[in-house]
Amino acid sequence: MPIGDLAPELAVLLTAVAILLLAMVLPRRSHHWCAILAAGGLGLAMIMGWSQSDAQRLTFSGTQALDGATTWARIVIPGITILCVGLAPRWFATDRRHGEYYAMLLFSTLGALAMAGAADLMQLVLAVLLSSVTGYVLAAYHRDWAISLEAGMKYFLVGALANAILVIGVILVMGMAGSSDYGELAGSIPNDPLALTGLALILIALFFKLGAVPGHTWVPDVAEGAPVPAAAFLTVIPKLAAAVALYRLVALAPGVEALPLLIALASAATMTLGNLCALWQDDVRRLVGWSSVSQSGYALMAVAAAGAVPEALPALLGFMTVYGIANLVAFSVVADLRGRTAISGYNGLLPAQPVAAAALALAFLSFAGIPPLAGFLGKFALFSATLDAGLAWLAIVAVANTVLSLFYYLRVIGPAFFSQPHDGIGTLGGSARAVLWLSVAILIAMTFLWSPIWSALPADLLP
Amino acid sequence: MLTLAVLIPLLAALVLAFAPLSEAASRWTATGAAALSLIALMVVWAAGGEGFRAVAEVPWIPALGIAWRVGVDGMSLSLALVSALVFVAATAWPMKLHDARAYYAWMAFLAGVSIGLFVTLDLIVFYVFFDLSLVGMYFLIGRWGHGDAQHAALKFFIYTLAGSLLILIGIIVLALNMPTLTFDMRAMIDTPPLAAAGVVPGLVFLAFVIGFGIKTPVFPVHTWLPPAHVNAPGPASAILAGVLLKMGTYGLIRIPLQMMPETFARWALPLAIIGVVSIVWGSIVAFAQENLKRRIAYTSVNHMGYTVLGIAVAGSALGSETARQLALTGAVVEMIAHALITGALFLIAGSVWQRAEDYHLPNFGGLAGTAPRLTGAATLAAFASLGLPGLAGFVAELQIFVGAFGVYPWLAVIGLLGILITAALFLRMLRQMFFGDLPAERKGFTDLNRTETVLLTALLALVVLIGIWPTWLLLLIDAPSLIPAIGAGG
Repeated sequence: MPIGDLAPELAVLLTAVAILLLAMVLPRRSHHWCAILAAGGLGLAMIMGWSQSDAQRLTFSGTQALDGATTWARIVIPGITILCVGLAPRWFATDRRHGEYYAMLLFSTLGALAMAGAADLMQLVLAVLLSSVTGYVLAAYHRDWAISLEAGMKYFLVGALANAILVIGVILVMGMAGSSDYGELAGSIPNDPLALTGLALILIALFFKLGAVPGHTWVPDVAEGAPVPAAAFLTVIPKLAAAVALYRLVALAPGVEALPLLIALASAATMTLGNLCALWQDDVRRLVGWSSVSQSGYALMAVAAAGAVPEALPALLGFMTVYGIANLVAFSVVADLRGRTAISGYNGLLPAQPVAAAALALAFLSFAGIPPLAGFLGKFALFSATLDAGLAWLAIVAVANTVLSLFYYLRVIGPAFFSQPHDGIGTLGGSARAVLWLSVAILIAMTFLWSPIWSALPADLLP
Repeated sequence: MLTLAVLIPLLAALVLAFAPLSEAASRWTATGAAALSLIALMVVWAAGGEGFRAVAEVPWIPALGIAWRVGVDGMSLSLALVSALVFVAATAWPMKLHDARAYYAWMAFLAGVSIGLFVTLDLIVFYVFFDLSLVGMYFLIGRWGHGDAQHAALKFFIYTLAGSLLILIGIIVLALNMPTLTFDMRAMIDTPPLAAAGVVPGLVFLAFVIGFGIKTPVFPVHTWLPPAHVNAPGPASAILAGVLLKMGTYGLIRIPLQMMPETFARWALPLAIIGVVSIVWGSIVAFAQENLKRRIAYTSVNHMGYTVLGIAVAGSALGSETARQLALTGAVVEMIAHALITGALFLIAGSVWQRAEDYHLPNFGGLAGTAPRLTGAATLAAFASLGLPGLAGFVAELQIFVGAFGVYPWLAVIGLLGILITAALFLRMLRQMFFGDLPAERKGFTDLNRTETVLLTALLALVVLIGIWPTWLLLLIDAPSLIPAIGAGG
């Protein structure tokens, strides 16, 4: 077994175990050392992932793909998780289980990494389960707070259903095609109703991870109820992994014509529903949650164009990277403002907290795709791929949705910039503030570095 | 040199955003940046040349054919020059402000992106500046406007973003249809990417017309304009009318007319009808307004209607070539004249607000006695706007209508009605504002101060100069080179 092929995943796993042990022996006030250890382990995973970036093969008997998309996941997923780790120390400082939080976070990261690299349906099931089970715990980490428990419970119920659907779908596809191995499945999934049903069921389960219709209902609840550092993680990392997994799955069945149409319809439904629900939201965390649903809808545009145009994969990965960073900016503003929720609480943010206000505006304008922010470049890539693939109607739907989304982003930005503050605004400071600065810097830098990023993104996948 | 003209104001905006300058220092930083930009553009003008000049190119995303490309022809140079001039006047315009430094930072930012829009030769950079101008104006109206400013700013931003996204779709389709993926305007003008027939070119053309039409604005997508103008601070209104609206008509010439001439020719008649409807509708509605700024705002719809009519005639491929060239020259001169005249009118309106905090026309009267300089400037600007011979508006409208008579005579006749109504509404406005009895609450109304007088004199002197000696401007614009030969590509 070429154990070194999984070095990044193993680094995350071993770090998580080490954190569990460390949290047992350290007194609670020193649990922030667990955060440092977690960041170190994730950084190591990134480096290892980078060092394997030229690999282009299947490993572990064809269950794990080492290719451009896996490399992307191995860099972006641990990278964004490091930022999520940075949000946590002060947030959980008074929590008795502070140290264990990082272990749980890393197990979830491991699930996401495995999901992105899975080249076998069984491996996919394992990865989705690992990512989900840890996700429920992270969502309900404030177990004394009803809303957090509610978020965890809803996440769990939707997730349990989705995972059951996933297993049924996998069984159908395996039964009809005779294999669970992507290498053998590629292009040989029979075009009959049962196999198609199986594929559709797997898609639905992955839509759950991506937060797309019909598996989206957990996203706003988790965004609102989960501890803000966990919400930042859960609305980004599983989605990044699910995007890659979806793309791999769709690439397996190039001949099945119903699939792109199905995904395009899901894409249109997701972006429209997410935006409509965000429209009159008075809770900024729920609003960001719904906006994150709509962003999943945009991402699905690239999946719908998969196979038709070569730019679809870089468009998907580029867009998801930008989305992840911008979403992290938004959540680090919320975290730095101590989880401030009501829109009216953001009135007059500019005079009180200029950095937070500017960061929030940047993140939201990037979501809306205002140039030259990175969000525009991501959306531009999506539009180009979609138009090139002949899905002009989907691009028009996305345009209409973008206009719609600007309305609710401005519902937050407007009062934050134009109104007068009514009371003092407390902040978390410390590493949360550092993460805010860092993520804003990355978001801005992406505009200038888009050219190298774009050429580094992979154009095709294994197998 | 053109890059400098864009970067100087943007850098000034950055400095203003972070350096703790006083109000006066901020004002002079922003004004100075706009003035330097103007000088840089004048250097390019002085250097002369044919076609696209002062071209520079720096790669940004080579894999997608996107680069920082700048270069100007006569039309874009003249528009960039007049934009820089309006910015100098609007920024230097004396204002009583809160958060003055941030205000001047946004003004400088807006100056940079507006000039950038006119001088860029890359469609994506064009789109970037197009959207950034919305962002800048959104914050200016929202933060320093009065009345229901937040709502007006929101409406403005969302309305025009809808248009700009349609433009983005159109741009992408054009680029995807090029032999190699590129967003270079020159390449697309030389080899128009889409054939005339078929559904796709028609839809792309429609997307551009709606997108630029919203920005221009033409009937029926003009409804964002009046609230934005009424609630914006005076100088922001001057920029909105003088610079931002021109982006719509400039885009209409640059992209649909020059890059898809055959499709344009097929759809020129409907576009001309839209132009005429805007002319008539804008003037009738303006006539009915009792609010000073709303009235000027609706005359913008009317004047931009002349421009759209001129552009439609130019791209119609009907009538004689001379007629089409005349119409296009007229359209570009109209843009410049409107920038100067309406810019001046909105600055005057800003002065009125600073003194009276009121725009309701019946509340005024007899100002000629207390404010003779204001009266003189407003009268001159109003006469220029209604097209009095010897002033810039006349030069533009004469050429547009002479051209239009050669191509769509009936439309031209209907359009002339608009001129009549405009004349009536401006004369009525002058009578309401400046003549008759002075109401008691206006006793303390002061005249223009020295800065205001100097700035208005500069703008209006140019209006007179273009009116009596337009040759230099016509030579600069060089309209014949703008009209593409039908059948050259596709």
